Amino acid sequence: MGKSLFQKVWESHRVGILGDGRSQLFIGTHLIHEVTSPQAFGMLRDLGLKVKFPQRTFATIDHIVPTINQDQPADPLAAEMIDAIRKNCDDFGVTYFDLKSGKQGIVHVVGPEQGITQPGTTIACGDSHTATHGAFGAIAFGIGTSQVRDVLATQTIALEEMKVRRIEVNGNLRPGVYAKDVILHIIRLLGANGGIGYAYEYAGDVFDRMSMEERMTVCNMSIEGGARCGYVNPDAKTIAYLQGRPYVDNTNFEATAARWLSFASDADAHFDDIVKIAAEDIEPTVTWGISPDAGISITENIPDPLTATSPEQKASIEEALAYMKLPAGMPIQGIKIDVAFIGSCTNGRISDFREVAKYIKGHKVAANVKAIAVPGSQIVAIQCEQEGIPEIFRAAGFEWRAAGCSMCLAMNPDKLIGDQLCASSSNRNFKGRQGSPTGRTVLMSPVMVAAAAIKGEITDARELFDLTAASAVA
Amino acid sequence: MALDPVKQVSGTGVFIPGADIDTDRIIPARFMKCVTFDGLGEFAFYDVRFDSETGVKTNHPLNDVRFKDASILIAGVNFGCGSSREHAPQSLRKYGFNAVIAESFAEIFYGNSTTLAMPCVMATAADIAAIRAAVEAKPDTVITIDLEKMSVTTCCDLEFSLKMPESAREALVSGRWDPIQELIDNDTAINDRAKALHYV
Repeated sequence: MGKSLFQKVWESHRVGILGDGRSQLFIGTHLIHEVTSPQAFGMLRDLGLKVKFPQRTFATIDHIVPTINQDQPADPLAAEMIDAIRKNCDDFGVTYFDLKSGKQGIVHVVGPEQGITQPGTTIACGDSHTATHGAFGAIAFGIGTSQVRDVLATQTIALEEMKVRRIEVNGNLRPGVYAKDVILHIIRLLGANGGIGYAYEYAGDVFDRMSMEERMTVCNMSIEGGARCGYVNPDAKTIAYLQGRPYVDNTNFEATAARWLSFASDADAHFDDIVKIAAEDIEPTVTWGISPDAGISITENIPDPLTATSPEQKASIEEALAYMKLPAGMPIQGIKIDVAFIGSCTNGRISDFREVAKYIKGHKVAANVKAIAVPGSQIVAIQCEQEGIPEIFRAAGFEWRAAGCSMCLAMNPDKLIGDQLCASSSNRNFKGRQGSPTGRTVLMSPVMVAAAAIKGEITDARELFDLTAASAVA
Repeated sequence: MALDPVKQVSGTGVFIPGADIDTDRIIPARFMKCVTFDGLGEFAFYDVRFDSETGVKTNHPLNDVRFKDASILIAGVNFGCGSSREHAPQSLRKYGFNAVIAESFAEIFYGNSTTLAMPCVMATAADIAAIRAAVEAKPDTVITIDLEKMSVTTCCDLEFSLKMPESAREALVSGRWDPIQELIDNDTAINDRAKALHYV
């Protein structure tokens, strides 16, 4: 019996078994940001410990960075957090991609961009969207701040081994269906808690054909399906993406690439569970509720509590509709929006902005909609500028901002106000997620966000942009 | 670093309704603008405890004076989903909770809570419904979670069994819930592992 990528990486990084039965797992690459690291450095100082492998931790700032005047946070608490990470990195010898480096950005955009994210490695970060890096065939997952301390002090953490579920999506995606729709569809099918205890392996034609950036979008939202990590096996696209990047061993690249590819799951690998999905069944998907598994196709109606199959489901639909102020049983198309947000670690990469730019030329954002576009990193911002993308967005009525997490989680000035409804390319539609305790989030792909911004309401981008001929995944 | 074993947790309980209670709900992101965990207790469940416009207390169970001394949180499925923020269990701990009983938990929250010596134990939907009814009928019902017997007993005849991953149970009852010392002690094995990895 062969091994899955998960098993190969786990076995090659396991230091031993701890007294409570958990594994002590070596974390080859550690990423940190300003929100979940200061307390960890505080604990390290309290214990009188050093960073064991300072060259294996990389820092940047993203959550609290303003997207207008990046370097001038008006909020003194934000300024204090930026000072803290700079001081901590200085004191402990950790590489820090600050605002002046030209490399700052959302930690999950920066890692791949720098070639820090590599196949066959373990990657941890005090951030649940660390699963993003699984797109490269890494076992990557979010950790708490005490575990950030553990990684800093020992480069290891205590962790229970996960089971592996292979999710196979085969066939051809329909025109206008994007990577975001694929993962929203998977989460809808398996539930927000379906992945608890599992690592997800995404496999099949659809993921094979996806670009690295599309794979990142999928892996990013593994956690929304309850899976702490998700990955795609490394292949020629993975190798091509990484070659030449700053933190890759480019002098000995062939051997490195061969080693990376050897981590891919064997043909006869064992999986604890296998789920098969037909690509043709996936439609442009939007959320209607307050959990990421509350997804429906753009052509479906909002659920009606009367059709619930259990009292719990009925109560859950009622709670969601009351919060979202949406009409039960009515089409989701035509629901008015107030804000449109394109960005985040899910959909803030160059390919996302290129794709939207293709369709918004000649269109205008509706008069009552505030639309913002936020590149995921300073490098993405520069790429966009070189390609004339900001001008296209501005001409269409978008505000073009500087790199950061922005309105995904509202720890910076970009927030919803009151019960504004936001068409968002981010990853979470929780109550209050976008900064207002009554703010409402509808998750969708960037192209669907752009379509909603232009029409001023949730709409089918396939019709507005005539996407019937073009396929998202070439 | 010897830690106190956590074998039993006793106290009164409060039921917080709803599935998929996420860590943004437990601690809204704006309260994470801090460089220590101090003071997070007062912000636990803030946006559902207070009306966002008027600041007036809502009818959330944590605002109910009958449950003001509750130290055991009772919840439904997938409690603690979403962000990995340790600020969530930290805020519950500082609010005064010593344990959580739920149908199921999100994994990162689960691990974070264990490291803070806050046991998260799982019970069936029927048992959760029964203990909810018991604490709502009689808020001073004392609940005892026994991690050696893996059971809940109450002062009032209600008893049921619990589940939790064996490694978490072992970590708590043997005083290993914070693993840092054991991790440090394996320094030689860590160095050997690092040498075997090409990229480190």
